[in-house]
Amino acid sequence: MKLNRRRFLKYAAASSAVATAGAIFPGASFGSWQNLSNNSGLISWQKAPCRFCGTGCGVLVGVSDGRAVAVKGDPNCSVNKGLCCMKGYHSVQMLYGKDRITKAKVRKDGEMVEVPIQEALDLIADKLQKTKDKHGKDSVAIYGSGQWTIPDGYVASKLFKGCLGTNNVEANARLCMASAVTGFMTSFGIDEPMGCYEDMDHANVFITWGNNMAEMHPVLYSRMLANRKRRTNVTIIDFATRSTRTSQAADKSILFRPQTDLAVANAICYEIIKNDWVNWNFVNEHVSFHKGKTNIGYGTEDHFAFKDKAEGISFEDFKLFLEDYTPEKVEKISGVSAKDIKYMAALYGDPSLKVTSFWCMGMNQHTRGTWINNLVYNIHLLVGKISTPGNSPFSLTGQPSACGTVREVGTLTHKLPHGVVMNEHHREMAAEIWDVPVANIDPKPTYHTVEMFRALDRGDIKFIWIQVTNPMVTMPNLKRYRDGALKDDRFVVVSDVYPTPTTDVADVILPAALWVEQEGMFGNSERRTQHFAEIVKPPGDAMSDTWQIIEVAKRLGFEKQFPWTQDDYIGKIWEEYRKFHAGPKHEMASYEVLKKRSGVQWPFVDGKETRWRFNAKHDPACTNGKDFDFYGKKDHKAWIWARPYEPAAESPDSEYNFWLNTGRVIEHWHTGSMTRRIPVLHNAVPSSYVELNPEDAAELGVVNGEMVKIISRRGEITIPAQIKGRGIPPRGMVFVPFFDESYLINEVTLDAFCPISKQPDYKKCAVRLEKA
Amino acid sequence: MPIFSYLAIPTSGAKEILCASLATLPHCEIIPSDNQEVVVLVTDTPDEATEDELQKSLKNLQSLQSLSLAFGYDDKKKKGR
Repeated sequence: MKLNRRRFLKYAAASSAVATAGAIFPGASFGSWQNLSNNSGLISWQKAPCRFCGTGCGVLVGVSDGRAVAVKGDPNCSVNKGLCCMKGYHSVQMLYGKDRITKAKVRKDGEMVEVPIQEALDLIADKLQKTKDKHGKDSVAIYGSGQWTIPDGYVASKLFKGCLGTNNVEANARLCMASAVTGFMTSFGIDEPMGCYEDMDHANVFITWGNNMAEMHPVLYSRMLANRKRRTNVTIIDFATRSTRTSQAADKSILFRPQTDLAVANAICYEIIKNDWVNWNFVNEHVSFHKGKTNIGYGTEDHFAFKDKAEGISFEDFKLFLEDYTPEKVEKISGVSAKDIKYMAALYGDPSLKVTSFWCMGMNQHTRGTWINNLVYNIHLLVGKISTPGNSPFSLTGQPSACGTVREVGTLTHKLPHGVVMNEHHREMAAEIWDVPVANIDPKPTYHTVEMFRALDRGDIKFIWIQVTNPMVTMPNLKRYRDGALKDDRFVVVSDVYPTPTTDVADVILPAALWVEQEGMFGNSERRTQHFAEIVKPPGDAMSDTWQIIEVAKRLGFEKQFPWTQDDYIGKIWEEYRKFHAGPKHEMASYEVLKKRSGVQWPFVDGKETRWRFNAKHDPACTNGKDFDFYGKKDHKAWIWARPYEPAAESPDSEYNFWLNTGRVIEHWHTGSMTRRIPVLHNAVPSSYVELNPEDAAELGVVNGEMVKIISRRGEITIPAQIKGRGIPPRGMVFVPFFDESYLINEVTLDAFCPISKQPDYKKCAVRLEKA
Repeated sequence: MPIFSYLAIPTSGAKEILCASLATLPHCEIIPSDNQEVVVLVTDTPDEATEDELQKSLKNLQSLQSLSLAFGYDDKKKKGR
């Protein structure tokens, strides 16, 4: 950073005054400090959403001499109100890792060789076209992520579904929130939360369902704790399978055996009905009851297929179904005492308390992920605690645009930007907006993510383009999928910013722009769309993933569908995309509005954001004349589902006697390909580990730091032990964070998934341990 | 060539007027608080005479209740003149 002396003094003067003001006026915020900085020429500040999790914190990125040098929380962003977590504060350092990919590479005679990026793009287009011609349209695929910007995902869908005619479009969000989507769709007929983060300022009770918010959504957890401190009537319950930092800060920690959340949720409903805590006005007016298929399988075999069938039932049928879930019976299944089950039911049932339930991967990465989402909605619906300030069943996401790109743009095999490929009207709408023949859009979905990589292994897919994600670390039962990608006649293109195990299997590597090196939009967990400008230039030949796809599309002859120039493509793409969501149920803000604000919530109707959907006081899409309108379903009602407890795909037995649970830590984000390049974060947690219960460790004869071998039916890894660390699993369970490519825990995990959402369960499989 | 920073406290309800007034004065830059009745004022004047003129202008602002010095630097004083 170049600083002349006078600029430094002026900056010091401003800093002193701001600090003094902070001491005299606690909480004083000076968001417009950026203006002074601009004037002085020291650091210019521009808004952006944070690059990491799905919370969607607003940040201000400080730039000096063309380099991003600082980050501070954006006080104008209602999500975080000026706060950041440790990842956010250090985020700009991820742009400048020493091994950043800045040039395209192509595999020639087995070696990766640097080539001009235009040559690499020519090769990609040529290979894609020839593969399609020789093996058919469904032999080519694109796999992206919830880190795709909205324009990235939009052009991917337009090219592959609209132009090439294949539904081979998937994203890693299938691995993190597909069950949330199917939960919403089956309970409400429309995706994404009805509430918003403002619920935290109104709720009296927070129940986290298998969700370590203190580490995974720390800014939101801080907001929850701040509410507890400020107000006297706030209680936090952590309901989980292991003790974490969230448990430590909660008022009460309740542990359950893996998979038995299904039984506990049903027992809570049983108690609510038994004690007549049902909100009958709400239920009679706004709820209908249903059941679906049972014994639905686990998807561990290739070509697994399942279709649920809804059948209407009465309230009495539902009540009868719950007879199997008395607290006393469920205590035996779950390990949760009947007293604790009754306590939680009483919190939900007390009409004087506002209750918000939070969940994320614990409920979604679950072989009955759709069901457990349904069951938590059941609880809220029975007591009518939904869609009002503070009463909120709230599904959080893990990626910055899992909602914005994957769920809203629809970068999943069955989806379109509006609706699904199976629906003729939705295909017609897409064809018209995309300017392609409607026959181009195939009405049949192809492969969900696990099956897509199985198809790559089998050879049904020959060409795959992977952008912004690292499946060679994240796929469960990893060895099969890595071996598949390495087979001779597979062609793998990877767009990324750093070398990863996925670039290791690539035939072409494209250097990608990262975060604020490009213009784009993300969409966070609370229906908030967040625009960011290109704040610094990408290094070398790196270009946005959007523009990479456009370059290939033009080479394939689709200039008409991709007519934009690099000067204006993001704004033009946005305005085209938002046509899909016109109307009060999902109206999006204009490009010009997004540029000005630190995020805008949809539906954005007549210049007004919608905080609580389905509530006639807040939601302009409500038309039934009642206080609530669950308009996603044809009967305008929310659906309560009778969903039973069914065991996990693989449970501990005499040979493999431990549960394996995997997840994240606060310092690292996902596979660590970015955060491990940030020295302060990498040094804080430089490698992965296995958390052991102290008694299990003693039995095994292992102390902290000693190596432990984790063995499953699929593979094994050897990894250092951590005992009495930040997390403590119960006896019979181990936990391993997946951020470290040196310890690929997914060699061990099982590729079983929820048959409805097709989302794998990374939280439960059986392993045995050996002292290494 | 003095550089000073102050906390400028407006008279009741006059923060916007104070900001507008300060913004029109030469050698002044302001950072209003988003949520409190306080404005950070940074002054950077080329010489003592200009500084004196600025001080007079500040004293004449009706919307300004008080100025609290937070930081001060003066080249001349540093050189012992």
